[in-house]
Amino acid sequence: MWYLCVFYHRLLDYRKPEFESLADLFRAFGDKRSSDFNTQDKVLQWRLPKHHHPDSPFHFVHLPSEDVARNIANRSILVKGIYELWGEGNDFEELEEAVKSYPDERKLPYLESESTFKITVDSFGKVLSLQEQNERIQGLSYIPFKGRVNLKNPDHNFWLMETDENETNNGLPPVVKRRIFFGREIGGADRKLIPMYQLKTRNYLGPTAMDAEMAFLMANQAQAAPGKLVYDPFVGTGSILVSAAHFGAMTMGADIDIRVVRDGRGPDCNVWSNFKQVFDGIICDPPYGVRAGGRKSGGRKLLKGIVGPYTVPDDKRADHIPSTAAYTLVECVHDLLNLAARMLVMGGRLVFFYPVLREDGSVETHFPEHPCFKLVATSEQMLSSRYSRVLLTMVKTSFYTEELALAARIKHLEFRENHLKWLENGNLHSSVFSPADAESGDSKVSKESKPKYRGKYV
Amino acid sequence: MRLLTHNMLSSNIKGVTNGFPLKIQVEKVVEKQVEINHDFLRNIFPKIDWKAFSDASRIMGYDEMPEEPPEPSVLESNVEFLGKFHHALLELHLEEGALLCPETGRKFPVNKGIPNMLLLEDEV
Repeated sequence: MWYLCVFYHRLLDYRKPEFESLADLFRAFGDKRSSDFNTQDKVLQWRLPKHHHPDSPFHFVHLPSEDVARNIANRSILVKGIYELWGEGNDFEELEEAVKSYPDERKLPYLESESTFKITVDSFGKVLSLQEQNERIQGLSYIPFKGRVNLKNPDHNFWLMETDENETNNGLPPVVKRRIFFGREIGGADRKLIPMYQLKTRNYLGPTAMDAEMAFLMANQAQAAPGKLVYDPFVGTGSILVSAAHFGAMTMGADIDIRVVRDGRGPDCNVWSNFKQVFDGIICDPPYGVRAGGRKSGGRKLLKGIVGPYTVPDDKRADHIPSTAAYTLVECVHDLLNLAARMLVMGGRLVFFYPVLREDGSVETHFPEHPCFKLVATSEQMLSSRYSRVLLTMVKTSFYTEELALAARIKHLEFRENHLKWLENGNLHSSVFSPADAESGDSKVSKESKPKYRGKYV
Repeated sequence: MRLLTHNMLSSNIKGVTNGFPLKIQVEKVVEKQVEINHDFLRNIFPKIDWKAFSDASRIMGYDEMPEEPPEPSVLESNVEFLGKFHHALLELHLEEGALLCPETGRKFPVNKGIPNMLLLEDEV
């Protein structure tokens, strides 16, 4: 059945991937635990209301059942609500006609006299006064409501939603026509989670702690759930795992011993005992050198061969902090992919952030690859006019074998060859923070030509 | 450090061929309650190295885990066993102590529940 899905107007690029991850988690694509993860294309059918831009908060989505819809809506962070649409139109006459012709057997069970209900009037791109809201509710008198009104805890929630008829300033590219929707709410996001977990309420914070909303989105991309084990190899203060734990997953993290992700020395030489496919999900924010740079074990001089491996005197061993060397992003991501290839169960998910530089308003779309993984979602969040971070969601589709590890190494070298310029240590940092070009005339033009519509900046 | 974590750690000092399982040296064990999830336990059971786990649980002062791995069917039916398995795997924490490399005896300290597996320069 088709449902109306209304999103919060933020993190636009994250909305559908979150929805589809949750759809998969709640078995919208069937219960089969297929061993062939490659062939399953877990993509939902979507369509847009008339005249709407893809960045609109209003979408129609096809789901197998109301239960699936409710589960997705209640677990999500970016879904304002999922509704059974009773009617829509460009004006109130068209809406009335549509609602009247919606089948009675779908409407009457929710209008019964023993039930309680509430009607909410909502608008996108404009504010309605209380009086306007009341007029609109009165205007719905053609619907035979028999139940009592209960504003606090109603059995059924009805929503009347409309977009602005003016094409200005509603945060979207010009929408030509006003559209009005009326429907019954099936579920909606619990945004109370976010203030409850927001960073300022924490005792222990680091400079790169992930904000609560994004951490919940990452946990949803990874399908964290009771019974699952989720791992973060750059755990830091644990800001990402907190969200996975909230959703009931068992969590585990490691930090600073960066060899956890650096396994290039053969199977007998890593922190983890061998090839077990243990984790159901790996979620992380690798250090990419803008706020914090990656470090790996072994001093700079040591790795360059300037000094030999020295022995720490016995009396100093206990409190000795071993030296570290810079760890470039390419190397780090390669190691992360290999770790994930070994440690994830088949069908398990690797969710991590990857930085991209923006040039001329667009981004390069070359992402790291690994033969064991299939990329299922990419969501961009612009951080400045210079760079973005993209949340990548990958599903493990092949077992880890020596041959695939070799293939991965080759892919990695190719990737390194083509992207070395800015991925090398420090380059990203300087691209992000270097002063703008001094050609003042030029920059003025580009400022003025910037479109009003903010899109992914939202 | 939970015994689940212990079951996944090994010593990776240069030259060590089999750094698993690490020997546990106990100074202080604490118990932290976790909600039980039967599916999680069934899911993780086949991935556990049973001998390492049951030995570790005894060192931690908990004698209820058999030396031989139980039949997987026990996990389906025996709720009492699941509770004990859950307790040993997830609720017992090594708060203070050390992990010893089985080959070299190198001590990895465990403080405030966090094992420090970081190697020194001459061990990498």
